[in-house]
Amino acid sequence: MNVLAILLSAFIIAIIGLMFFIWSQRKSLVDGGDAAARVIFGADEVGTIEDPSATPANRKIQQTHLYSHTAPGHRISDEDLQVRIRADQSSARVTLAFFCMAIFWLLVASAFGLISSIKLHEPDWLTQSQWLTFGITRTLHLNVVAYGWAPMAALGVCNWMLPRLLKTPLAGARYAIAGLMIWNAALIAGLVGIANGYNTGLEWLEIPLPIAVWLAIGGALIGMPLVVTLQQRKVAHLYVSVWYMGAALFWFPALLIIAKLPIHHGIEQATANWWFGHNVLGLFYTPLSLASIYYLLPKVIGKPVESYNLSLVGFWTLAFFYGQVGGHHLIGGPVPGWLIALSIVQSMMMLIPVAAFSINQHLTIRGHFHMLKYSPTLRFIVLGGMMYTLSSVQGSFEALRSMNTVTHFTHFTVAHAHLGLYGFVSLVMFGAIYFIMPRITNWEWPYPGLIALHFWLVVLGFAIYFVALTSAGWMQGKYMLDASRPFMDSVHVTQPGLIGRSIGGAIMTLGHLVLAVHFVLMLRRSGPRRESAAILNQASA
Amino acid sequence: MHSETKLLVGSSVILSLAITALVALPYLQEEDSHPPAGLMPYTDQQLRGRQVYIENGCIACHSQQPRTRLQAPDFDRGWGRASTADDYFYDKPTLLGTMRTGPDLFNIGARQPSKDWHLGHLYQPRAYTQGSIMPAYPFLFILKNKASPGDTVVNLPPAQAIPGKVVIARQEVLDLVTYLQGMDHTYPVDKLPNLPEVDKGTSGQTSTGSK
Ligand code: HEM
Ligand code: HEM
Repeated sequence: MNVLAILLSAFIIAIIGLMFFIWSQRKSLVDGGDAAARVIFGADEVGTIEDPSATPANRKIQQTHLYSHTAPGHRISDEDLQVRIRADQSSARVTLAFFCMAIFWLLVASAFGLISSIKLHEPDWLTQSQWLTFGITRTLHLNVVAYGWAPMAALGVCNWMLPRLLKTPLAGARYAIAGLMIWNAALIAGLVGIANGYNTGLEWLEIPLPIAVWLAIGGALIGMPLVVTLQQRKVAHLYVSVWYMGAALFWFPALLIIAKLPIHHGIEQATANWWFGHNVLGLFYTPLSLASIYYLLPKVIGKPVESYNLSLVGFWTLAFFYGQVGGHHLIGGPVPGWLIALSIVQSMMMLIPVAAFSINQHLTIRGHFHMLKYSPTLRFIVLGGMMYTLSSVQGSFEALRSMNTVTHFTHFTVAHAHLGLYGFVSLVMFGAIYFIMPRITNWEWPYPGLIALHFWLVVLGFAIYFVALTSAGWMQGKYMLDASRPFMDSVHVTQPGLIGRSIGGAIMTLGHLVLAVHFVLMLRRSGPRRESAAILNQASA
Repeated sequence: MHSETKLLVGSSVILSLAITALVALPYLQEEDSHPPAGLMPYTDQQLRGRQVYIENGCIACHSQQPRTRLQAPDFDRGWGRASTADDYFYDKPTLLGTMRTGPDLFNIGARQPSKDWHLGHLYQPRAYTQGSIMPAYPFLFILKNKASPGDTVVNLPPAQAIPGKVVIARQEVLDLVTYLQGMDHTYPVDKLPNLPEVDKGTSGQTSTGSK
């Protein structure tokens, strides 16, 4: 069988298909762009900021600073306002349920992350019980972030955005609630299993089939409101965020089921494993987070996305290239050479969608950077968006054989993993939570100072985390390649970095505690009642 | 075409392409694989030991995939020749690993055949390798005043010995050590696809000595 020929033809057909797809949208690409980008605004709303996370005073500053010398901001019409309020009301309960679980899992994840981290420089700490051994705490940490915190937050945001984007109340919320319960029950079962050694031995797929199938079912149910609400949509055009969310919600159950089919064997099992491993990142967390940025960024600054067409091109190229990069986790391994080559090429091609997004974000925010000072949401999501660019560009180069040879088996990869899942996904989710909570609880964040504290703690903590681990990982890789050094040198050289990671991680964890406390205070409606109580768009009056 | 249809068709097609490339084609290629002559199937005890390896997450720190000599000095470290797909014939699942917080273990049985060493090392790694950050696994052992008949007593270095007590290996750790001792892929393989000549030349050698 000539694999190369098959592959080459498939590749060419695929590229042609992709071109055709983009061409098939030329109508909206040529003329629809600007109008489509305005879909997320009410009739006269462009130029009006929406920022429930900011204090009323800061909202006023943002609004007047921003638009006093350009076109004056109009207010959203009463009709549009009613539609939006109904949208927010329709998703309030579901979204809140998702956020509660997300925050809970964030704390659990931080605890296991920190324990694992400390264990790498204090190997005789907590060794008496099996479930506290490094191999297990690390696996618990991974599964809690991968199936707890990140998806719960992202799916909550998703369910909240849908009715706003389709301008109709969320339908089918029951399915999402049922899905949420099934998903979390499955996750808890999976974690208890892992803690007790019930584990498949495949990274990112540790939860065994009989439990994982419930994650897939839960995921499919959580996607149901999308299907139902789409049928009642009141908008002619689907905003780009809907594309990202729709695809991601469809992909996740499909990915999990296929990866879990009990047919995989031998080396093919490893390639299927990493096909899943990278796709759950690239085709699930990433699109959901990008969807959030594409909605929230323009909304906060009251200005449509600069180049809407670029965002759609970004969508299709991301979908296409990301799907095939999984092999870059196996470079140097006993896998077919063509597969590695394909994945390296597609990893480099990922620069296209990444550039499409980054340029777009930059052009959109350009001229409004001073708003970062006043808007907590904007701070988190703009920084998160930048981390997306950084992690992706880093990832593309990490996939090159020359660099991968150094970094593959080291802590450098772990630092990259956190740049992606923490710096990008988690920061964006923090920003989204700050925006959404006042809308669905009708209560302002009680202590704005705590938001700032959270921000600075996680930024400082993560900076330490990333720098310490990246440099330790690089040295580790260099030493390991140096045959004149004993292997143990590559262990010793990582020690300062691993200690640094624990310090950074502890500061991040502190930040997460601040968020959790603030979240609970908000639910209990503590804090001073403010005049505008986050009523939609009143601040711009 | 409706946007919804476009989205569904587009994302399905793209997903199918990815499945074809990374799952289906490797699946077909895997059909050609057969066990090398020198590779022994696992014994029942080794399989139980392999399960202990999985349960404790050893994969979090150890790889099982030496790289070619052109890429990295894995062979010179005593980790063995570059592995081929056939070497994993009996592995369900493969435990390739992505971290080398500790060394590669694909040939640990050839490099370190001693049962005593392995038992003691799992009980307290730092008794054997200074500065090791591998966790100790005391829960795989039992501390007793006196060994009963049939107990496997762990011979610890004098500095580690606990006065008046003996350390007994549990069945799980005995299984695990059998698995580790069996990790020996130093037999020659004739099929080393895509590998440079240097590797072919060394494929038959037994790798010894660790650095
Ligand atoms: C609270 C601070 C955190 C600390 C101290 C921490 C620490 C760790 C540690 C020690 C590992 C194991 C690395 C290894 O195997 O050597 C790890 C892995 C991982 N963490 Fe975290 N973590 C934290 C937060 C997070 C968050 C919030 C996320 C994402 C949402 C995350 C995502 C991951 C992922 C994806 C891995 C697997 C990396 C890989 O397989 O290469 N972590 N983390
Ligand atoms: C263009 C985009 C990207 C490319 C080409 C890329 C490439 C890579 C490469 C080459 C590795 C190392 C594999 C290894 O040596 O073991 C890796 C690991 C990883 N990347 Fe990325 N990356 C990209 C973006 C991202 C983003 C946006 C995220 C987060 C959402 C992310 C999360 C991760 C994680 C969690 C790992 C560790 C997986 C593991 O070992 O468990 N990456 N990536």
